[in-house]
Amino acid sequence: MTGTSLKFTPRQIPAYLLALLLVVSLLAPVLPLQDPLLMDTAARFAGPSAAHLFGQDEFGRDILVRLIFALRNSLIVAFAAAILAGFIGTALGVLAGYSRGLTEMLAMRIIDIVLCFPPLLLAMLAVTLYGPGPVTLIPVLAIVFVPSFTRVAHASVLSVRSQDYVEAVRSMGASNARVMFSTILPNIAGPLIVQFSFTVAVTVVLESGLSFLGLGVLPPAPSLGLMIGTGRATLAQAPMLLVWPCAALTAMILILNAFCDDLRDRLDPKFSKIRGQ
Amino acid sequence: MSIAETTTKPGLSISGLNISFRNKDGWTSVVRDLGFDIAPGETVAIVGESGSGKSVTALSVLGLLPQQSTRIEGSIRLGDKELLSLSPKDLKALRGNDIAMIFQEPMTSLNPTMCIGEQIAESIIAHRGISKAEARAEAIRLMEKVHIPSAARRYGEYPHQFSGGMRQRVMIAIALACKPALLIADEPTTALDVTIQAQVLNLIKELQEEEGMAVLFITHDMGVVAEVADRMVVMYRGDVVEEGTTTEIFANARHPYTKALLSAVPQLGSMSGSNDPQPFAIYDINTGLAAEASVLQSTVDTSEVLLDVKDLSVRFPVQQTIFGKVTARVHAVENVSLTLARGETLAIVGESGSGKSTTGKLITGLLHPTAGKVEICGKPMRSDTRQSLSRSVQMIFQDPFASLNPRLTVGRAITEPLRIHKLATEKEQDEIAASLLTRVGLSPEIAKRYPHEFSGGQRQRICVARTLALKPSVIIADEAVSALDVSVKAQVVNLLLELQQEMQLGFIFISHDMAVVERISHRVAVMYLGEIVEIGPRAAIFSNPVHPYTRRLIEAVPVPDPSRRSDRHKIADSEIRSPVRAGDYIVPTRTYREVSPGHLVQEVGPEWAA
Repeated sequence: MTGTSLKFTPRQIPAYLLALLLVVSLLAPVLPLQDPLLMDTAARFAGPSAAHLFGQDEFGRDILVRLIFALRNSLIVAFAAAILAGFIGTALGVLAGYSRGLTEMLAMRIIDIVLCFPPLLLAMLAVTLYGPGPVTLIPVLAIVFVPSFTRVAHASVLSVRSQDYVEAVRSMGASNARVMFSTILPNIAGPLIVQFSFTVAVTVVLESGLSFLGLGVLPPAPSLGLMIGTGRATLAQAPMLLVWPCAALTAMILILNAFCDDLRDRLDPKFSKIRGQ
Repeated sequence: MSIAETTTKPGLSISGLNISFRNKDGWTSVVRDLGFDIAPGETVAIVGESGSGKSVTALSVLGLLPQQSTRIEGSIRLGDKELLSLSPKDLKALRGNDIAMIFQEPMTSLNPTMCIGEQIAESIIAHRGISKAEARAEAIRLMEKVHIPSAARRYGEYPHQFSGGMRQRVMIAIALACKPALLIADEPTTALDVTIQAQVLNLIKELQEEEGMAVLFITHDMGVVAEVADRMVVMYRGDVVEEGTTTEIFANARHPYTKALLSAVPQLGSMSGSNDPQPFAIYDINTGLAAEASVLQSTVDTSEVLLDVKDLSVRFPVQQTIFGKVTARVHAVENVSLTLARGETLAIVGESGSGKSTTGKLITGLLHPTAGKVEICGKPMRSDTRQSLSRSVQMIFQDPFASLNPRLTVGRAITEPLRIHKLATEKEQDEIAASLLTRVGLSPEIAKRYPHEFSGGQRQRICVARTLALKPSVIIADEAVSALDVSVKAQVVNLLLELQQEMQLGFIFISHDMAVVERISHRVAVMYLGEIVEIGPRAAIFSNPVHPYTRRLIEAVPVPDPSRRSDRHKIADSEIRSPVRAGDYIVPTRTYREVSPGHLVQEVGPEWAA
């Protein structure tokens, strides 16, 4: 929040890494990369070389390029689903926590019902009904994660709404919408941001799991789950085929969590003072 | 105090005590060269404002400061034992047995899942190792000793069934379980209502005489000091600035800080003969000289009624059968009528549960009344007019730490009302914030900073600035100065009076503090269990209280004058009754009698006969 944050500190490493990850995966189609689907059957399971830094897979495709595109797919699905779930879930939770009474009862009970379904099972059910692919995956994953946002938002609103500053804004004549979204919402942002990071990470894992089962991204499009699935089959011949996507998945989740942790601290005005001293 | 037992009990002796806390940049000294003695049967009070080091001293006696980050030098002796050189194990044995402590917050210092009697019995068993049955009998005896009515029956009740005052009695019973030589009382009555405070203070004194304990009393309230302490130690930012017998210091304080502190203490009865409010004289802490208190002009203009409240009632159901039939209700506010003229301050006084804060919320439209009406400047307050009327009525809250949004800068917080009502551009807002900050005595530069960087008094000034942004005609101050240190309290009261002079504001000043009310108000309304029992000009209420409740309230206020200690009437050990009534309760029709012009008293009901 102050000028000190411009200086490089180790705490900012996750932010830079995430930025790198986002830039590379967003710009992947326009970067001078190979076609991730281009096969070269002569060079199946070829080791690392100058042209293919991470080597080539069972069809001779460049592993690095496929990893980049797989991360791109995973991130698009995960962020889209988490943002969608975050919007719906937070709105519902704030509304339920602030208005109490019947609205609260209805919203929270509906959420409880959704919460009863195991996420993976619900996703598998929807995918079997509507067919695999990102267009099904995003709304399904969003529905799966709406309840967690609602619960977090609801609980935080209950503790914030009894604070005097909320009463104070109401006594100034603020409308309910204003109280909910410009006074309460910023004050519950901390836990919601952590929830968001958690959701993105879990969505990446869930998306990989579904793809691994053949219910997510469809081959030949690259996906971390698919790559792990096929890598498993050729584990004895080329173990690196399994190691690379697993490492990429782990790294991405760690970066996301570290970044969101730091973000939450930074958004707290008290924190910037402590650091500024 | 001359019981044979007392001679065997050791006293406390502290000398050359220095305490420092570790922080990032090294050690910060919080208590410097503190020394005093407490003889058995004697009460010594440590007095100071927040940050003076008084609570830290108490914790150091108990050995409760974190060892890693604290450095304690000097000597704390209980009898012939040096406490600072004891091992943690010996210290633990000492706590409870020889030294006991009672805390400020009786609401949170009891275990909510254990019944009261067991909590007392538990500490008896832990320290004396007697059987359960004996401990039970002993616990009941202790409960009787601290005057808990029908002790045997209440043995099995849980903390939530006890009021704050009764919980503090339980805490005292636990502290006394092992007949300690030293009782440390850290602001034990600060969170209690004034009549309950008087009872608890009486109880501590009485028990001390019986047991011959030494009592170390920590407080910021000079009135309480005058009531209980034999000697006092005044602390200011870690240093002892004055020490001596209470009578001597009250009569003849030498240090400027003590003088400033004493002069800031509101004295009940200091205002007789005057009808208008009067600012506090502000003493300079370094020189001890009083700044010239300005003489106020009368601001009341009775031709303009700002606020007219008629027959206002609000009830909340607290218990329902599954068919929705209400079996119990809180009658929070019952048939309240009052008016406020331009430039007038009406104080609403009462204890917890009297409905005074609820009345404030009803006036601002934060709650909707069950019956009755509120008119502001002639316009009725309803849910559809609340937003527009809120420009005329603004509110200041009790807790300055909770009433500012931690995510808004001070400047944004002050101008928030303007944005809500879309009254000013961004640039105008900055200018308004700067001028309001200057108006309440703060530097306009702080607009860019966040509320957590300020002290309680500064924050309360920020809150006052915020209420002024809309240029309201009525300000409701709900315990606005109750959470502040005495000297800061005096400054904020003076600020409110100045603002009233300047803008002819009407104040509804909600408070339990009779002495501040006497300073600030033109008229006073006394509330009890949701009803106004007495209302009238301030001078009339204070010089001639008619209703028994008003009298009890005024009598219970601690008198900051140790020489008048013996004049005190004994306050009966009654609890404040609860406004929860059965579902079929019929509100009795109340009639009021006019004692003198404008001074109305509710006809005293049968419940007051005694």
